[in-house]
Amino acid sequence: MFGAGGGTSSYAEVEQTDLVLLWGSNAREAHPIYFHHVLKGLDNGARMYAVDPRRTSSSKFADAWLGLNVGTDIALANAVGREIIAAGLHNTDFIAHATQGFDDYKAAVDQYTLDVAEEITGVPGHAIREMAHDYAKAGSAQILWTLGITEHHNAVENVLSLCNLALLTGHVGRWGSGLVPLRGQNNVQGGGDMGALPNKFPGFQDVEDPVALAKFEAVYNMSLPSKPGLHLTLMFEAMERGEIKALYVIGENPADSEADVAHARKLLDGLDILVVQDILMTRTAEMADVVLPAAVGWAESEGTVTSSERRVQRVRPAVPPPGQARDDTGIIGDLANRLGVDWGKPSPQDLWDELRSLSPMHAGMSWDRLEAAGGIQWPCVDLDDPGSPFLHGWLWAEDLDGREPAPFSACHHEGPKEQLSEQFPLRLTTGRALDSYNTGVQSGGFASPIRYGDGIDVNPLDAERLGVGDGERVRVCSPRGSVETRVRVQPDIPVGLTFTTFHFPELVDVNQLTNPEWDLRSGTAEFKAAAVRIERIEPNHSKTPTPTLVPATESADG
Amino acid sequence: MADLFIGDDVADDVEIAAVTAAVGTGAAVVHADERLVYGGTHRRRDHRHLLLPALHALQNAKGWISPGGLNHVCEVLQVPPAEAYGVATFYEMFRVDEPEIAAETAHVTHVCVDAACQIAGVEQLIAELEARGEHVHRSPCLGQCERAPAQFHQGIGRPDSVPADALEAAAVEVAVRIPQQGDPSLRLLRNVGVVDPTSLAAYRANGGYRALGAAVEMGPAAVCAAVADSGLSGRGGAAFPTGVKWRAVAAEQGRPKHVVANCDESEPGTFKDRIVMEQDPFAVIESLTLAGFATGAENGWIYIRGEYPLATARLSNAVVQAREAGLLGADAAGSGHSFDVEIRRGAGAYICGEETALFASLEGFRGEPRSKPPFPTTHGLFGEPTAINNPETLINTLDIVLNGAQAYRSRGTERSPGTKLLCLSGRVFRPGLYEVEFGTTLGEVLELAGPLTGSGNLAAVLMGGAAGSFVGPDALDMPLTLEDTRERGATLGSGVVMAFTDEIDMTAVAVRIAEFFRNESCGQCVPCRVGTVRQHETMVQIQAKGALSAQRRSLVDDIAEVMVDASICGLGHTAASAVNSAMALGLLPEGGLDEDH
Repeated sequence: MFGAGGGTSSYAEVEQTDLVLLWGSNAREAHPIYFHHVLKGLDNGARMYAVDPRRTSSSKFADAWLGLNVGTDIALANAVGREIIAAGLHNTDFIAHATQGFDDYKAAVDQYTLDVAEEITGVPGHAIREMAHDYAKAGSAQILWTLGITEHHNAVENVLSLCNLALLTGHVGRWGSGLVPLRGQNNVQGGGDMGALPNKFPGFQDVEDPVALAKFEAVYNMSLPSKPGLHLTLMFEAMERGEIKALYVIGENPADSEADVAHARKLLDGLDILVVQDILMTRTAEMADVVLPAAVGWAESEGTVTSSERRVQRVRPAVPPPGQARDDTGIIGDLANRLGVDWGKPSPQDLWDELRSLSPMHAGMSWDRLEAAGGIQWPCVDLDDPGSPFLHGWLWAEDLDGREPAPFSACHHEGPKEQLSEQFPLRLTTGRALDSYNTGVQSGGFASPIRYGDGIDVNPLDAERLGVGDGERVRVCSPRGSVETRVRVQPDIPVGLTFTTFHFPELVDVNQLTNPEWDLRSGTAEFKAAAVRIERIEPNHSKTPTPTLVPATESADG
Repeated sequence: MADLFIGDDVADDVEIAAVTAAVGTGAAVVHADERLVYGGTHRRRDHRHLLLPALHALQNAKGWISPGGLNHVCEVLQVPPAEAYGVATFYEMFRVDEPEIAAETAHVTHVCVDAACQIAGVEQLIAELEARGEHVHRSPCLGQCERAPAQFHQGIGRPDSVPADALEAAAVEVAVRIPQQGDPSLRLLRNVGVVDPTSLAAYRANGGYRALGAAVEMGPAAVCAAVADSGLSGRGGAAFPTGVKWRAVAAEQGRPKHVVANCDESEPGTFKDRIVMEQDPFAVIESLTLAGFATGAENGWIYIRGEYPLATARLSNAVVQAREAGLLGADAAGSGHSFDVEIRRGAGAYICGEETALFASLEGFRGEPRSKPPFPTTHGLFGEPTAINNPETLINTLDIVLNGAQAYRSRGTERSPGTKLLCLSGRVFRPGLYEVEFGTTLGEVLELAGPLTGSGNLAAVLMGGAAGSFVGPDALDMPLTLEDTRERGATLGSGVVMAFTDEIDMTAVAVRIAEFFRNESCGQCVPCRVGTVRQHETMVQIQAKGALSAQRRSLVDDIAEVMVDASICGLGHTAASAVNSAMALGLLPEGGLDEDH
């Protein structure tokens, strides 16, 4: 099936590709390790376009930065597709052979002329044209994206609009060309692979597929739900309705990370029981009835991790976990035993072999092979299968390996749910900075010479209009709440746009502002597009000491 | 480079305007629109070579490169400030500390203190200039040894100039510098002083561009063959066969290729290329075009030393006129071959005459030589195949193409065919540029320049410049060929013949030569960086004590051996040569000290 699972390409491919479209990703800061592979690609001669509302540090490595309006990715992608078709640069042989729905797609994108796209996105039409032509003509090309694409209410359509471009040009299913969503954590791919999704069994097998269901029921020796469960956003809605009264949180910090976080905290407070299993005392853990201290996945645990290139690698403990902290599998197993199911004490290898018996794409990865090869990329269906450096090679096979052609998906521009208004005239988008990580749970304990702390990036013209200066403390208000932070006057951010990281919830509760409108299919909230206004704080209120480069709570002893 | 951390100092309007004029459309980041910025790795790399012109612009605008100006250049070209500072501090002509000169000062007067000028009373000149309130900078060789002591005015807010050029333009005949002017037997200097160097029409009326026309008729392979058959070898000192070099570049396919005129003539005592460029600039452009045609290179570069403003102006004028006449451009001279020339000024660094250092300098980096192999013919300028020759070598090819290899070989000797330009200076009556057949003896050459001056008693002749060696009066019978000089342990080098008579303090000359290498070593590799310093210390010791300990004496030999064996470029290989030859000839006091202290 096309359009699910993971990144199609190996890291090495971006080092050897001809063209990179970095779309909605500040990989330089948010995925610094992967970005080294991108840099090698640039070094080897690859050209790069960066599509991002902000002129990010990643964008500065690109041959061209296209600064689109927040939430107009589909309009831009469709215009690129239309231009490729209009210029006759689409791969007609590939489209005829490996895809379906081209005519509908062509009709759908027809309205997205360069002029229309320029109007919607703010990007000059000629730049869209250049990018379209370069992408279509490149010998090989990769589209990389991250949360700038997925943290919108129409996340899935955003992704599909990019997939369309790969289908249009044949830039998928072969070495050097592909579609690569960058993963934000070292094992987030593995989490999805293992079935930590409400609608999937391990190996991306659908819970509603009776064959898959029967297989898992046979091995687990019990009946299993045949309908998808709830994803995080739906869980909070169920909590609101009083349908969920107990929550077991493993390695998440929703009390800091949810959009409209004040509301989320209220719901967490209203639970009958909240159990948190984490390596650190997060804000969510502080609210919990029971805290189960966990060993760190890296260096304290045995098992596997899976990277963004679908490479399963073994990890081993180097040090014993501190205090009472225990391995996640041990905690979960004991919990099951206490709940009256005898799971015994399976070793990591026992668990892995069970997975291999159930997930065809992992079947060929024996413990020994993982050890010997230093990692194998799924799918790897039997012991002779060397693994798969890239996905969807079947698109180029003579008979498509007996599969259905890959579908184009007609998508249309909607724009962010929350429109700007007189009351909230500025767009707020959020993201990461190089030295920090997510809500700061894991990175806040360390001082960093490049950490600039909390703050909201504002274009110099906006700052002048608002009468605020660099470093001045201000109040930022959205329809959901307001926070105080300080202004960073930044020429790199376009007029009308503001930006802040969410690394310092102790200082600035940014997610008080963000919009919980979420995508029906992915469950992701629209973190990337809120409407805000910035207010000056009256002089008698601005007694807050001027923040230093490293805020006190972020220092090593803080 | 996206991750640039640039300090708070900002450039003023004058500096910004200067950099803008120098860089033109070559900024590494272009804000095309509020929502469209071009930049990135490739633009940054593609425009790095504008760093040196940008630094020149700053230096000229204010008389120094201010922190704000440097920051601005870093921003425009996306060069890390530390790297740009490293480049700015590499060159003699750049200042990164605010000079203590009056605001209205129009120029800094560089005065050469190397051998030819040193023995021509430079200290008296400096005293006079300073008494007149001139801001004097003691400079290494300025390439005007025939009119020692030499001066160069580095302009502030106005062009650089050479006072002697203005005098010559006004009154003095060029013949003073080229005593053989007009002699019909001249090959390389036949246009010099005869043809208006500013007029393409005059050059063509005198046979100019006939050689290029003939080359187009012959085709590239035949041109390379003729150059190879002629036995022409490089005239910069290394004497590498030109035909071999050209054929190697011609054989490279599929990448951009370059031909570079190495006009960074900086060997003390050498001024031949300067006079050729000043008096016959079209011949340099024509022969460079010919080299491009023969090697299949589309890009011609002239890297000329910064202290040659007149030669730079003449060459620039020649390029403009040639371009207007269609002799450069998409179909250069009707050859079907695209070729154009860009001129770049050095900024005062002897090492940049070394070919790979020249590439590094032109590319916008510190002028540090690269290890060879790979050689320039495969990995030259920008890592691409490059043929690099100096003007004298280049203009030889015009004669070869026009008259054939056989005619060319009718002069000179079997192993050193053709003629050679020699730079006569020191204690001779008519210092200047001479063209002689290979095989002419040293004594005959000195006679051409008239009787010795000074005491009239010859003590030594410096052959080949500071990187060459001294020979004694017993060498006057030495035929000046590559093979004969090599056999006698000497070198023709770049054609320097500098005469010293016996009233001259040779120790002071040796101290200055050692100091020159100490200053000019790029510092990249240890044998040269340390060796040149120790050698200078030794010379200073000799000067101070009038003697040398046995321990020091053996140290000098050791240093020389290590520098020859282990330095990566010719500077280190030759840095001990002149000093050691002076010792061997007994020109310096030796022995007498028991121990080192």
